[in-house]
Amino acid sequence: MSAVTQDTAVSTGRATRAFLYLVLILFALFYLLPLYVMGVNSLKPLPEITGGNMMALPQTWTLDPWRSAWSTAQIGVEPTGLKPYFLNSILMVVPAVAISTIVGALNGYVLTKWRFRGDTWVFGLMLFSCFIPFQIVLIPMAVVLGKLGLAGSVPGLILVHVVYGIGFTTLYFRNYYASFPTELIRAAQIDGAGFFRIFWRILLPVSGPIAVVSVIWQFTNIWNDFLFGVSFGGTSQPMTVALNNLVQSSTGVKEYNVHFAGAILAALPTLFVYIVAGRYFVRGLMAGSVKG
Amino acid sequence: MATTEADFRTTLQDWLPKLVLAPSFAVTLLFVYGFILFTVVLSFTGSKMLPKYDWVGFENYQKLFALPAWNTAIVNIAIFATLYIVICTLIGLMLAIFLDQKIRGEGVLRPIYLYPMALSFIVTGTAWKWFLDPGIGLEKIMHLWGWESFSFTWIKDGEMALYTIVIAAVWQTSGFVMAMFLAGLRGIDNEILKAAQIDGASNWQLYRRIVIPLLRPAFLSAFVILSHLAIKSYDLVIALTGGGPGRATEMPATFMYSYTFTRNQMGIGASSAVIMLMTIAAIMVPYLYAELKEKKA
Amino acid sequence: MGFLDIRNVTKSYGNVEVLHRVDIAVEEGEFLVLVGPSGCGKSTLLNMIAGLEAITGGEIAIKNRVVNGVHPSKRNIAMVFQSYALYPNMTVGQNMTFGLEMHGVPKPERDKALASVAKLLQIDHLLDRKPGQLSGGQRQRVAMGRALVRNPDVFLFDEPLSNLDAKLRVDMRTEIKKLHHNLKTTIVYVTHDQIEAMTLSTRIAVMNKGFVQQLGTPKEIYDTPANLFVATFMGSPAMNIVPATVVMEGGQPHAAVTDAEGQVRNLRFSQPGLAAWEGKPILLGIRPEAITDPEGADRKSSNIQPLTNRVTVTEPSGADTFVTMTLSGKDVIARMRADANVTAGQVFDFAVNMEKAVAFDPATEDRITA
Repeated sequence: MSAVTQDTAVSTGRATRAFLYLVLILFALFYLLPLYVMGVNSLKPLPEITGGNMMALPQTWTLDPWRSAWSTAQIGVEPTGLKPYFLNSILMVVPAVAISTIVGALNGYVLTKWRFRGDTWVFGLMLFSCFIPFQIVLIPMAVVLGKLGLAGSVPGLILVHVVYGIGFTTLYFRNYYASFPTELIRAAQIDGAGFFRIFWRILLPVSGPIAVVSVIWQFTNIWNDFLFGVSFGGTSQPMTVALNNLVQSSTGVKEYNVHFAGAILAALPTLFVYIVAGRYFVRGLMAGSVKG
Repeated sequence: MATTEADFRTTLQDWLPKLVLAPSFAVTLLFVYGFILFTVVLSFTGSKMLPKYDWVGFENYQKLFALPAWNTAIVNIAIFATLYIVICTLIGLMLAIFLDQKIRGEGVLRPIYLYPMALSFIVTGTAWKWFLDPGIGLEKIMHLWGWESFSFTWIKDGEMALYTIVIAAVWQTSGFVMAMFLAGLRGIDNEILKAAQIDGASNWQLYRRIVIPLLRPAFLSAFVILSHLAIKSYDLVIALTGGGPGRATEMPATFMYSYTFTRNQMGIGASSAVIMLMTIAAIMVPYLYAELKEKKA
Repeated sequence: MGFLDIRNVTKSYGNVEVLHRVDIAVEEGEFLVLVGPSGCGKSTLLNMIAGLEAITGGEIAIKNRVVNGVHPSKRNIAMVFQSYALYPNMTVGQNMTFGLEMHGVPKPERDKALASVAKLLQIDHLLDRKPGQLSGGQRQRVAMGRALVRNPDVFLFDEPLSNLDAKLRVDMRTEIKKLHHNLKTTIVYVTHDQIEAMTLSTRIAVMNKGFVQQLGTPKEIYDTPANLFVATFMGSPAMNIVPATVVMEGGQPHAAVTDAEGQVRNLRFSQPGLAAWEGKPILLGIRPEAITDPEGADRKSSNIQPLTNRVTVTEPSGADTFVTMTLSGKDVIARMRADANVTAGQVFDFAVNMEKAVAFDPATEDRITA
């Protein structure tokens, strides 16, 4: 979203403005509340939560819940902490994001600069695939992954995320390249550049912003995915599934502080991306909703 | 006399774009539309733990709609989706209009409203699950702060647990709706607003009669995105309530998963997935069709 | 047989034919302008010459080599685009030599070609800049430079001046004309601006609705337009078209028109052949500059006809004064000297140079050749 504030014609009185600020700040507190709760309580010993006030700052500051969440907490049956699952997520996310973004860029290039009869239909079919409830593909996907020998493996998850991600990446690049003058492609053709050369030399150098949008969107979506992870993760479960297992485990004492630390660990990569490149994150969200 | 030379390279160049697009298209056809077809077929079979191909007609659908769990899920999704969409839209619109009044600190507030969108529903669910837990969370906090009679046990209450999902879901996405409306507001020609003021419209009339009608496209987008998120909602329910207490917060997404993979009623699971797809398609297809057609024109 | 031959070329999209049997032979060194309103097919034709659009029927040959189906880069052509189409990520120098690089020309040769063209166009100081840092006029020069560096057989220009402001457009027009004069290159140039077409071309093809309406030198097009479309499209203000009847007087054909008071006035034609149209309705075409005050009339003309009529409006433009009157129910514009003594409402004695008048058949809208 552009940070340009336009000169609004609406004028407001002093009392009204005070009210506006009050409401806006209350909502800011509402949005920050869970983050505060997670942060504060992940740094407390457990008795301070069960016996004390969740809103209070820690009396004894401790990093033990973080250590426990990272390397020793019981996930399912193994006391491994979240570390191996964090690595699973990384191993899954990086190739899935890279592949889906590259494929999306090429698709967008073809769909805008090498148009053919029926291309809108092809795109429409790909676009609709972004919005299906994935429950409709769970059963056949389980069957196919089993047949391919990819069930319960990181490559299997990569395949799934690429397949259901290219709709969005194609959408991004298509809309971006649509505003890129087609005359440039024609000029390059006359200059003697072929299909890939034009892509590589003319389009790719100016694709930076949309590539960032696509990478961030894919990264956030794939990192945060739970349904595919829990369905096809098997022994290579991603971070979200592990966190859920940690929180939902019915055995032993509920270590809330460890749960909160784990939740922050699961949120850190995407939060980091949001803080560093929030502008692009919002652009991706908007492009995914308002295609115009 | 002249010779024609349609060389090999030129012909290849003509085919290259289609060759490049072909794998994606094939993958989409197979993994999306092929799979949809496969699930539709399964929904007409008596599959249990593994796919079988014995045709049973509409039996699964009849069973499905006779199941109390499915009916709970349908009622729940209807309540959840309605509240979620309405509340998100109201909050989003309000925050956007407020933020658009030359608010100092907009640059700080906007990212705060929006950051929940970057989190996974599992994280959101974990945070709210414990915050709303009467034993350690909100109720206890209020008691410790001296409000002894305060009671908030929704998350443990079969009647009310659904509304905690609404709270968490609204928390996660209302900032995004705000961003959509804000973009819409910033896109309105300021001269229209000035003209309306010269015509004597009060602030309230200005928004009700001019601005909000002009935000129609943003309303439509918000509705489409939110309803699609609502129907797909699986992670949040799992993390927050696990579908409970009992089956109080069962949704079509959780129903489909448990019937297919834990109760080994694949035929019924498939038929519930088909119903979900048809619901989303009824909303998305006209929307996407209109958007693509507009582009073409 | 020409240098660039367009032989019976047609273009269809599906079942719709948008370009109908175009047949033009362009000689080496010619400057051919394709002019017409938007949607007339001129850009489609240019794109087919370039190889950017497939040819549906007929053939195009450059230097006797049929290029149907040949890749654009192998036709030895260069093109200047309306938006200039400069690669935004490359410097001016890289932009201009990209084509040579793609054709495998070694770097020293590329640099040599670049240096000489840059000098010719006076853009040597811009070579390291990016297109985004250039003004409109500079971009235009770079776009031409990119075409020149290639040293192609044929230059194609697609409305290259339409994105410039009025003054720059005139300057660049002169520049292009000079360039053509000095380099003697073969050029096909598309524009919707009839002044550009008149000033630049050695030959013009006026197009409308997918047909070439007339192909000829600027003078032929202007003085003897083939039909009503060409007559009204070329020239500004447009040619006056007035309904008239052919009458015989003293054995000579005359155009009978009615003035503002409804009185019939006869204007003698210079074409005796129009006698064959006696008694029939025609459309009389007179260019504004052919209607003047008696002192401003063309002294070389052998057929100045007097016409007395009431003046509706006068519009002084500085260099000329445009005078409007009503003739046969139509507004007719006369272009007079700035100091012509004429005021609105006055009954004025005009002088009509009928040597320059043309007549059209109202049924076919074609010019009557007699």
